[in-house]
Amino acid sequence: MKNHILITALVISIPVGFTRAESAIVNKLLQDYAALGAATADAERGKRMWEETFSSDGEFPERSCSSCHTHDLTRTGKHVKTNKEIKPMTPSANPKRLTDGKKIEKWFKRNCKWTLRRECTAQEKADFLAYIDKPS
Amino acid sequence: MNATLAITAVIFTVGFVTLPVVWSDGDLRWNEIEEYEHRSTDVAAVENPLYKEECGSCHMAYPPGLLPARSWTKIMARLEDHFGDDAELDLDTHKTISRFLIKNSADHSDYRRSRKFSRSIGSSDAPIRISDTPYFRHEHDDIPDRMVTGNPTVKSISQCDACHTDAERGTFNEHDINIPGYGRWDD
Repeated sequence: MKNHILITALVISIPVGFTRAESAIVNKLLQDYAALGAATADAERGKRMWEETFSSDGEFPERSCSSCHTHDLTRTGKHVKTNKEIKPMTPSANPKRLTDGKKIEKWFKRNCKWTLRRECTAQEKADFLAYIDKPS
Repeated sequence: MNATLAITAVIFTVGFVTLPVVWSDGDLRWNEIEEYEHRSTDVAAVENPLYKEECGSCHMAYPPGLLPARSWTKIMARLEDHFGDDAELDLDTHKTISRFLIKNSADHSDYRRSRKFSRSIGSSDAPIRISDTPYFRHEHDDIPDRMVTGNPTVKSISQCDACHTDAERGTFNEHDINIPGYGRWDD
């Protein structure tokens, strides 16, 4: 009986341990954004913005996060121009996601500039991060 | 009898010692032949993890031996508008990748296909699209649009690996072509 409890505790603690390790980076970034003036991150707001369409010019006059990453963060996306596969965005489907702060910042910068034609604010990044971490 | 045994033992020992050496030498030569064949027909494969990560996330990590150094310099100077996309890199990464591209560029390579690319480009030209080089155009001029831009799996001529199945390894020969929905391609 004791053994059962021990095993159950171990089995439960393994995924919790992983989640903690992932969240450490997310939490660190959220703290950074808060220091830059962002209020509490809101996954719902992140989701709305993820699905919003922004007007642009040239080859792709209508741009959205979902143009390449789809509306479902657990699915594989496709680069709208080159057709190259993009692995799922959310950590539950792709454990490598949200594990490297520098990488996250790099892609926020590049992809906000393409999609919104400007860099994202600290608040927007906080909201996106919350949504990508745990899509509702 | 003892002498015969001793001689047999010596022969076996020498055999066991020399045989693997001869074999491994054969393997070495075989690898060299493969390497020579690749060098004498194609372009160098991309084996740089930083380049693959930074440049291969959005598109195929194009082998540097497909464009001359002056073209790569021009591309790297405008990453904030990289064919309509923002592909900026931090200073260190930019330097390291530029060095890699230039060192392995078509005009610094002794791979046969790289030399063909290099020779086809006028010395004052610096095309920023591989598909704008005269050698590329010559090689692809008989392929109908319906197989490329009209082909939903291919979409663009810049998707080398959609048809060149071994493109990532720098192999672009005809035997490795498989056009999605159309199959093999023979000239």
